[in-house]
Amino acid sequence: MERIPVLRMGSLLLITIQVDMHDKLALQLQDDVTQRISEWGSTGVLIDISSLEIVDSFIGRMLANIAAMSRVLGADTVVVGMQPAVAITLVELGMSLPGVRTALSVEAGMELLFGATSPTQSGLGDERSQA
Amino acid sequence: MNELAEIVSKNEEKIRAEWIRDMAKSTLRADLMGKDELQEQCRVLLSNVITGIKTSGPADLSAAGWTPAREFLQDISVSRARLGFSPAEVATFVLSLKQPLFAALRRDVKGNQDQLFDMVWTATEMLDRLALITTEAFMAAREELISRQQQELLELSTPVVKLWDGILALPIIGTLDSARTQVVMESLLQTVVATNSKFAIIDITGVPTVDTLVAQHLLKTITAARLMGAECIISGVRPQIAQTIVHLGINLEDVVTKAKLSDAFALALQRSGRKVVRETSAPVSPISSLFAKRED
Repeated sequence: MERIPVLRMGSLLLITIQVDMHDKLALQLQDDVTQRISEWGSTGVLIDISSLEIVDSFIGRMLANIAAMSRVLGADTVVVGMQPAVAITLVELGMSLPGVRTALSVEAGMELLFGATSPTQSGLGDERSQA
Repeated sequence: MNELAEIVSKNEEKIRAEWIRDMAKSTLRADLMGKDELQEQCRVLLSNVITGIKTSGPADLSAAGWTPAREFLQDISVSRARLGFSPAEVATFVLSLKQPLFAALRRDVKGNQDQLFDMVWTATEMLDRLALITTEAFMAAREELISRQQQELLELSTPVVKLWDGILALPIIGTLDSARTQVVMESLLQTVVATNSKFAIIDITGVPTVDTLVAQHLLKTITAARLMGAECIISGVRPQIAQTIVHLGINLEDVVTKAKLSDAFALALQRSGRKVVRETSAPVSPISSLFAKRED
């Protein structure tokens, strides 16, 4: 069965969605992510959706769910690289994903996660101005 | 009714001469159009009308015989619309053909009053329809002009400006409706991706009023930008608009708002870890003079 790979990078989980998401795949991913977080004790989840071009309310809710579940398990989630068309669609569907953090690129997302997991620094912007 | 065609074509020269003479008195707009051009138009139209009556009769203007006359009328009303004629003036151009035409009919249909009346009636109906064709074409030309200008306005009015590396500004001028929000949102998001910008400043100094609908459109744009990982700051909130927003109970709690574009820019610079300092000995550069007041 088709599966979206969940990669381990130190304390982070790296997920890149390269195929069109369908419902089964999304549910499988939800299972995998929660499984891996508890298994490896990850503190951050980075989901790259730069190749995702079609999105519906189910996928939107799945993203919000993964973020919420990770938070319960003690990991921060960052969604990176959302396409303009996907962002517009989600907004038109009324899904603003309030609990999900976002970044423009994988690099910015990493910075956000490392900034957030370090106890002395609260966010990217402040981190730099304090330094 | 080929008698009408006969009379008209027999008197073509005379009708045209009288027509042009009458028009010179009443409706000729010498300021917009040369006399030679007008005479040429009269000649072509009259000969097209004669062809129309001869081949398809005066009653049915949608018949094939009338195609040259119809197309010619559409062309001249479009060209006159561009020259600045009013629709009434264009229609009068056709309607002013009535008098010389009726005069010719009166000269040639002698004695039989019923026949003359019938013919005049037929000619009147025909010319009225021709005049309506010009009005319709005139309106269509105007509509096209308006919709093209609307489109141009839409494109002109939504520039996305790069203020600094990673900082965009989007000055909005005019009321935000759904169609414009769509264009604004798309161009902003595309520029965010293209320039990899973390901050976008939406300046609403040029937005005359902010009601719940405009606020909703703004919030949609901001949410979409946030989903992509960019942060939006609203600037240019005038005192009156601040009052309106509060009175309407619009929730802008989650959005950073600033009174001036310069304040928003300063905040974006600060959040991206930059600082503007003035070198005391050096001449004042435009960018530091922008913040000179803040340091004082």
